[in-house]
Amino acid sequence: MKLKTILVAGAALAATATVAHADTLADVKARGELNCIVTTGLVGFAYTDENGQWRGFDADFCRATAAAIFGDGSKVKFVPTTGKTRFTALNAGEGDILYRNTTETMSRDVDLKLSFLGINYYDGQGFMVKKDLGVTSAKELNGASVCIQTGTTTELNLADYFRANDMSYEPVPIETNDEARANYLSGRCDVYTTDASGLAATRASLDDPKNHIVLPEIISKEPLGPAVRQGDEAWGDLTRWVLRAVIAAEEYGVTQENVAELSAGPTGKPDVDRLLGTEGNFGEMIGLGNDWAANAIKAVGNYGEIFDRNIGPNTELGIERGLNAQWYDGGLMYAAPIR
Amino acid sequence: MTDVTEQNYPPGKHPSLPPPRNMTGWHVWIWKNFFGSITNTVLTFLSIFLIWQIVPGALDFLVFDSVVNAGSRAECREIADGACWAVIVERFEQSIFAFYPEEERWRVILAFILLFPTVGILLFDGFPARAKLMKFTIAYPFIAGWLIVGGWGLEPVSTDKFGGVMLTLIIGVTGITLSLPIGILLALGRISKLPAMRIVCVAFIEFIRGVPLITLLFVASTMLNYFLPPGVQFDLLLRVLIMVTLFASAYMAEVIRGGLQAIPKGQYEAADAMGLKYWQSMRLIILPQALKISIPGIVNTFIGLYKDTTLVIIIGLLDVLGIMKTALADPKWNGLPEEVYIYTAIFFFVSCFAMSRYSLYLEKKLHTGHKR
Repeated sequence: MKLKTILVAGAALAATATVAHADTLADVKARGELNCIVTTGLVGFAYTDENGQWRGFDADFCRATAAAIFGDGSKVKFVPTTGKTRFTALNAGEGDILYRNTTETMSRDVDLKLSFLGINYYDGQGFMVKKDLGVTSAKELNGASVCIQTGTTTELNLADYFRANDMSYEPVPIETNDEARANYLSGRCDVYTTDASGLAATRASLDDPKNHIVLPEIISKEPLGPAVRQGDEAWGDLTRWVLRAVIAAEEYGVTQENVAELSAGPTGKPDVDRLLGTEGNFGEMIGLGNDWAANAIKAVGNYGEIFDRNIGPNTELGIERGLNAQWYDGGLMYAAPIR
Repeated sequence: MTDVTEQNYPPGKHPSLPPPRNMTGWHVWIWKNFFGSITNTVLTFLSIFLIWQIVPGALDFLVFDSVVNAGSRAECREIADGACWAVIVERFEQSIFAFYPEEERWRVILAFILLFPTVGILLFDGFPARAKLMKFTIAYPFIAGWLIVGGWGLEPVSTDKFGGVMLTLIIGVTGITLSLPIGILLALGRISKLPAMRIVCVAFIEFIRGVPLITLLFVASTMLNYFLPPGVQFDLLLRVLIMVTLFASAYMAEVIRGGLQAIPKGQYEAADAMGLKYWQSMRLIILPQALKISIPGIVNTFIGLYKDTTLVIIIGLLDVLGIMKTALADPKWNGLPEEVYIYTAIFFFVSCFAMSRYSLYLEKKLHTGHKR
């Protein structure tokens, strides 16, 4: 009873804290840098390079947001968090925005008082097997031993999938990706299952990637996207439209290379002009300069460029666009119009 | 017969004769120690078999087939199949300083170098002019803090730039140096005759010992922010340092209490009979004996604390293990966990072994009266 009172008081205090700090944009501008929550290390999504700079898909989106605000993509402080601390770090105000390969779910959105801004990567749980196992479909995995990270949604998805298809499996519980890799290689499990992007990273880290295949079935929806605290709608709008602007830039053919030229003056293409601020005052609507989107694209490029640079087919990970292609290419990336 | 007369020594003066042949020499030593009995013989062959199984492969992997110069894991694999030390070579500086700005790193190095005379003065009583230099030792934490954090003429460096070996050392050294005095006070409080003092100390020790360090770190990283008034930003590293120190102090208190209880009651009574006040009797009679007995336990706690610092990765601080794992997420180096874990293991082994050796030295030096 007492403990409950304390917790309620704590939560109430936290809520007042967020209300008191409702003007996140003003705080960020006063601080001079954006605090962006990322992971402590995930291949292709967030990692440190040899100069101690954060790189990766998620890190680039942090830079895009900072560039939209400050006109300078380097004004980001990266806050590394683990899966267990990411939401508390956001809610406690240690970060202004979270780009941490986080699946949007209803309970996170509603219960944890987060505001998801959209999806920057459509992921889903898949299976990887050794080629010489002769399996070509997940439906043939009856009786297989499966390496699975405990305590994650992947564990539940796996159980659901096997039950729905009336198959049995033998779980080999593991804690980390490194452990899974070692167990999979030593043959303690026939199958390794995790998100498809993680499988691609693990496969790329093997000495003989060609002898391992990722099965075509994707058994869950893992829409990964950024989130902010609930209660500051203006900040949510700003960050949401930065994400959309980067996606829209690909659709309109604005790239890191040609953005300076295109934003120099009206191009006669209304979509491009509105995006780059040579027409209308869309930047002012969200409290920024009208060159907000142009700055973001100058810093990191459009969605396709970010994807290709960090995780695309020409990187070590070699992930195809798939669901993450633009809508006109059969994917799900579809930015609402800026007008 | 002439020989015998010439070797006619007075009684008791006969020089020792060499041992009989086949009772001395390296071959006898080997025979005795390795093949002296059936069990020994079996164990010897078993060990030779194991060494033969493990060592060549390990040497191939670690040394002969290893690659030191390469730009990525793929390049390593093209050259040889062994360990890819290139990842350690490339990330060596990062593993020590993490995000600390490059042009300011001399400050960390200076603070680290100054740590040696400080520790030397403190730990070895043969140190020249020790009594005078003690002042420097007392000032060291402030000097080091100023050097590393900055301010007062130095470029300030925010603590979120800390990481790697320097973070491990900062947390470890702070925890170790502060937990000993706090632990002594807690132990004295726990056996104190004042009920209020005793209850507070017992409650503190039992609470902290009853909670895993991870929980305390979580409290430090997340809960404290909720409890503090809005707008109060309390440095994360400072919160962690406080929690680690409190945690180690509680364990230290129990180790020292064990030492205090081993002191016979007569010692306390004798100190009282001499007319010594409480602190005098503790300082001059009880604690020197109690701490001496507790040395193995104290060093044990130190080493445990030092290794526990790797847990800070859970709350997003990148210690030496954490920063190297982040490096592994670089697609260039993805898939080299063995190299990174071996590197980290060597680092921790060297530090912990040094602590353990010092404890042995101290025990030998102080072995008056209790040596078994």
